[in-house]
Amino acid sequence: MSLAWTRRAVLSAAKRRTKTLPHTTFSASFTTSRHHDAMMMSTTVTTNMNLFTAINNAMTTAMDTDDSAIVFGEDVAFGGVFRCSNGLKDKFGPSRVFNTPLSENGIAGFAIGYASMGGTAIGEIQFADYIFPAMDQIVNEMAKFRYRSGNQWNAGGVTLRAPCGAVGHGGHYHSQSPEAYLAHTPGLVVVMPRGPKAAKGLLLSSIRSKDPVIFLEPKALYRAAVEEVPTGDYEIPLFQAEILKPGNDVTVLGWGGQLQVLQSACQLAHDQYGIDCELIDLQTILPWDVETVQQSVEKTGKLVVSHEAPITCGFGAEVVATIQERCFLSLEAPIQRVCGYDTPFPLVFEKYYVPDELKNLEAIRHVVEYGG
Amino acid sequence: TPQQDSPRGIWPVFRIMDENGYFRDATTTDLSKEQQDDAILTKTTDDATDLDTLRRHLMQHAQPHLQEYLQSSTLLQQAPHEYPDVQSKSTLLRVFIQMSRLREMDEKFQNAQRQGRISFYMTCTGEEAIHLGAASALSREDTVLAQYREAGILMWRGFTLEQFANQCFSNDADLGKGRQMPVHYGSRALNYHTISSPLGTQLPQAVGVAYHSKLSSHPTVTACFFGDGCASTTDFHSALNFAATLQVPVLFICRNNGYAISTPVSEQYAGDGIVSRAPGYGMAGIRVDGNDVFAMHAAVAACKKYALEHSAPVLMECMTFRQGHHSTSDDSTRYRPPSSNSPGDPLERLQAFLRNYNVVDDSWMATVRDDEKMKVLRAMEQAEHRASPPLEEMFQDVYHEIPPHLQRQEEELHQHIAKYPDQYKQKNKTH
Repeated sequence: MSLAWTRRAVLSAAKRRTKTLPHTTFSASFTTSRHHDAMMMSTTVTTNMNLFTAINNAMTTAMDTDDSAIVFGEDVAFGGVFRCSNGLKDKFGPSRVFNTPLSENGIAGFAIGYASMGGTAIGEIQFADYIFPAMDQIVNEMAKFRYRSGNQWNAGGVTLRAPCGAVGHGGHYHSQSPEAYLAHTPGLVVVMPRGPKAAKGLLLSSIRSKDPVIFLEPKALYRAAVEEVPTGDYEIPLFQAEILKPGNDVTVLGWGGQLQVLQSACQLAHDQYGIDCELIDLQTILPWDVETVQQSVEKTGKLVVSHEAPITCGFGAEVVATIQERCFLSLEAPIQRVCGYDTPFPLVFEKYYVPDELKNLEAIRHVVEYGG
Repeated sequence: TPQQDSPRGIWPVFRIMDENGYFRDATTTDLSKEQQDDAILTKTTDDATDLDTLRRHLMQHAQPHLQEYLQSSTLLQQAPHEYPDVQSKSTLLRVFIQMSRLREMDEKFQNAQRQGRISFYMTCTGEEAIHLGAASALSREDTVLAQYREAGILMWRGFTLEQFANQCFSNDADLGKGRQMPVHYGSRALNYHTISSPLGTQLPQAVGVAYHSKLSSHPTVTACFFGDGCASTTDFHSALNFAATLQVPVLFICRNNGYAISTPVSEQYAGDGIVSRAPGYGMAGIRVDGNDVFAMHAAVAACKKYALEHSAPVLMECMTFRQGHHSTSDDSTRYRPPSSNSPGDPLERLQAFLRNYNVVDDSWMATVRDDEKMKVLRAMEQAEHRASPPLEEMFQDVYHEIPPHLQRQEEELHQHIAKYPDQYKQKNKTH
């Protein structure tokens, strides 16, 4: 089984200003990746799930299999503002699923303390835009907890989830993608899934990981992305990128909701210019899978990296720096970054701001046609 | 309960032992000469550590409201087993000995920093009664999250002078593997979270620890220590609000020592200290004379009982005075008169008590002081001669398993060192 995104749905989702996004079938058109082969046996039971249902399913599974797992944050008790925690309180009780007061630093600190005693703490930050009050706890405490104690203590039981990314009408404070700030922190794990099936597997891995994980969920996909998701308990490994579509001409790399855009761009590049793209989902931003990207670029000689977050010091910069160092002689064109501009995320200009499929198509053409 | 206006506010201060080392109600008129003479215990046995006799005597002379405390205080009871580090069952005398030990350790380690033998140090001078009064009222199962001026708690639980020294000298026996500055102690075995420098981060974490305990089958209390300056941070606010709202058994124990580096409390808050915030959050609060080890012990014991019974937090404000500098990077003479001493040094008050009630005599106490000084010096000497931790410890424990990029970086470093071996020699004296 594999994935594709409907181009029409992507463009119309970006244009809409309403809160309701069209339901899109997240259906297959690319070949299976090596990670999914192993688990996608014919006997696997799957069902249609959107992203928030997949997240909900992952948390239910985690709590079913780990008595110490608790879910907490602002408004999670009634189901959460994006319905990710729907039904959890009824199923597991108010001592395991509960609201906290409105304080991100409190949520993060509380999570660390709970995890330090061996518990599994699944905290929610209501929007990634509001993660900043928690940065002291995340950077100075969570990320350093194991190291500074000489491995006597650790905060591996922490998973902090936060919705991120453009949603069509979010403006400055409901659209941010803060992965770059977090990725600059040794000791943290930063994960961003591209859709429901990846999200469930990655979230289960994150919750069970022995390292603290910040799990960023592209909010635009909560309802818009629907695909067949296995109903059972499965994990997708952390620290591994996934090649969604092998190709020979150019490596195209992204994460989270941007994979939809990149898939469209790759399709356009193929249909209009006969360009054979290799599309990679990084999945884990930190520590990132240098090996997979390096091997791909050594093969194709060209790289386009794309993310919604502003271009300066975005995570694309880290990818570019590392790949140019490791693949210098393989490169046939300068690496392209197609990113948000260096402005706060603007409301009325969102359509112009985001690194859409056409900008990515141009970047793909540029590297393929580079040097005549 | 005894009341005396706090010099810094109107919330009453809980106190048991007065500044001259007597048990009496400070609001009554002073004891007459006869009463004072009567208060001195005549030694009836050769055993200077006979706490039963002492306790009975104190109960005879103490005010009614102290009777229950005196009867139940573990400070005035023999422990079931000998304390290994003092070879005695007397909890009270162990408190005295450890106060002396801590006082000596602070003096010698600070000197070591001045001599360039360790890079940094922070003393706890003047706050020992808070540490030992509290630690002796808690059990080892009660998780402690501290700030950085609480070494006596770790000492009470059994952290040795060698372990303190190893951390300060950043050697290969440091439990923290040399990664943090001196005084950043931590011990999983003793249920003491490793200290970090950012102020206040431990408070919301303590709420999480307490919540974990609350859900477990054997709840323990969580004790979280911090200073007056730290009580201004956002984490303080969030933590107290969470603790009261989520109803967790945690003690927030504030050492109000009058200063945050150079900032006196008059520039830190405008309200009545820290404890006055408790009702604002919906929790109980108590202000204690932090230099009265008996009051500290009684208060922490009572608050622990309350916290567990009600599954509720308590805010304790312990009034004390930071006798030393903020740290070895600070010269407090720049902002306050040199050798500022508040009346009521906790060690001197305890010495006065022991003397007044004829528990021990001055020569015994002086011997203890000398013994502890020698132990400190020996611990420092062994620590100083140990090697540094191996270089691989720089790259371990960042994650549960070392990731490829760190393996690569470690390899790069080794290749670089191989080219310049003389410039990168580690302190590595082998025996």
